[in-house]
Amino acid sequence: MTQKLPFEQPVVELQNKIDELKNFTKDKDIDLEDEISYLEGRLQQVESQIYDHLKPWERVQIARHSERPTTYDYIEHLFTDFIELHGDRLFGDDDAIVGGLAYYKGQPVTIIGHQRGRNTKENIQRNFGMPHPEGYRKALRLMKQADKFGRPIICLVDTKGAFPGKAAEERGQSEAIARNLLEMGGFTVPSIGIVIGEGGSGGALALGVCNRMFMLENSTYSVISPEGAAAILWKDASLAQRAAETMKITAPDLSELGVIDGVIREVRGGAHHNVKEQAGYIDGVLDQHLTELMKMSGEQLREQRYDKFSRIGL
Amino acid sequence: MFKDLFSKKRKYATIPSERTQPNKMNDGVMTKCPSCKTIMYSRELKKHHNVCIECNHHFRLTARDRINSLIDVGTFKEFDIGMLSHNPLDFPDYEEKLEKDQQKTGLNEAVVTGAGEMDGYPVIIGVMDPRFRMASMGTVVGEKIKRAIEAAIETKTPFIMFSASGGARMQEGVLSLMQMAKTSVALKKLDEARVPFISFMTHPTTGGVSASFASLGDYNFSEPGALIGFAGRRIIEQTIREELPDDFQTAEFLLDHGQLDGVIDRKNIHKTLVTIIKMHAVDHQGNQGGQSAQ
Ligand SMILES: [Zn+2]
Repeated sequence: MTQKLPFEQPVVELQNKIDELKNFTKDKDIDLEDEISYLEGRLQQVESQIYDHLKPWERVQIARHSERPTTYDYIEHLFTDFIELHGDRLFGDDDAIVGGLAYYKGQPVTIIGHQRGRNTKENIQRNFGMPHPEGYRKALRLMKQADKFGRPIICLVDTKGAFPGKAAEERGQSEAIARNLLEMGGFTVPSIGIVIGEGGSGGALALGVCNRMFMLENSTYSVISPEGAAAILWKDASLAQRAAETMKITAPDLSELGVIDGVIREVRGGAHHNVKEQAGYIDGVLDQHLTELMKMSGEQLREQRYDKFSRIGL
Repeated sequence: MFKDLFSKKRKYATIPSERTQPNKMNDGVMTKCPSCKTIMYSRELKKHHNVCIECNHHFRLTARDRINSLIDVGTFKEFDIGMLSHNPLDFPDYEEKLEKDQQKTGLNEAVVTGAGEMDGYPVIIGVMDPRFRMASMGTVVGEKIKRAIEAAIETKTPFIMFSASGGARMQEGVLSLMQMAKTSVALKKLDEARVPFISFMTHPTTGGVSASFASLGDYNFSEPGALIGFAGRRIIEQTIREELPDDFQTAEFLLDHGQLDGVIDRKNIHKTLVTIIKMHAVDHQGNQGGQSAQ
């Protein structure tokens, strides 16, 4: 049973009532078929009212759900023979970004993604998926390796943002992010990025300069977290909900703004309800676009990337 | 730094003594693990890839054993078998020492190089053997490795190097130092040819070898507990007047500090290598990288 979010309360209540009635009829010998089927119809209506019209703040909550599938989950479901590779060869190995080699439908690829923890202990180890410079530098090392050996690059974005810390600044947080943006522009292999959770600012973009960029339906991508925006705009972080609604950070918003190439549908209520089903939706999009991109020459891929980012905001 | 490193008193980087001592029991029926002191049947140990059944201590492998454990039976063709070291600096007693190690190991020098196959995929491989002059890098070691790299470039075949070395070979002085440059410039050509280089740093990989080809893999791996570093532990402690942590310069330490792609148990090395080599057999536009198997 997944942990329910506040806005799902009406669904939870109805479901509980239905379960209660079902148990009741089992024990006693009373026929409540009509009542149950009425409530089940009602449940469908309520679910549709809630899940088919999710508000931005509700999507933010789904994107941050503690059980939301992470990079490792999708690697497990979409790729085979994953060999994780570590280290930036300079300073350290940042567990907030993971990457390595794998097969995607028989094609060797390099897969890289932010990695949140799936429990408290792992979150501390992975710094809640907020990278330090060595994380970006590891990602860049693996991407350059992919470019050298002609392997497509697949990036999964899932971070609140780059870690705001002293050590990160001392080691050149800005330079590390900037370097990735520049180098990703030059790769002669296909690159596809997918925002699977939160796409927070420069920390997200450092894996996001790709030929194709997609977002899961309930993921977000923004210049700053809603809390951060509220603090700057209104000096009040508790106005995060208002900021989320104003800033256009949901997948449909970004699609409309032309910042991403498409929205990948999600399992109703959020990817965490069924990882396998969600991986299937990603699979369809990945397969189609990788096949398309692999027909292009290295020069065409560079030009396509250049044109795409040139046009944004015009 | 170099003066200290190369001084006669402290030759080579420091190696923990218990792993330097050849374990006399190794030739017998029983073997004692230097790490956990468990005594086990040598035959059992061999079946376990020479890894302690109790504590996962990785015993050293000879170059021949390493090659036999990885390369398909009957496919290995050794390069430069007859290449022998001279005594370019007329260093006292050098020839005698070489001869002694040749007799002890059955090898002509501290590295064995050649071509072979892994699960049918062609590879060029080099393996260093620390029983020979602590696998220090003299002219012949550098030259054999350079030629192996050239063979990899010419045939577009993945290059695998198992390093283990005390560092520079004192008796060849600055000529030894220059082997770092020789092997590294060869690897630049390999890099430009986009032929993969997988480097395994095994116990111990230190000094000039760690500061040249061993660290330059597209993929750098090691075995658990291996000592890897440039300067020796004692010299660092004396210089900075601080005690270093126990795990300093272990493979796990290097992994934490971003220098290794992974630390791999010996029993998984063959599978990892084959998976990586297969992945490089063909790129996204169908171009042959390393030659693929039939
Ligand atoms: Zn042991």
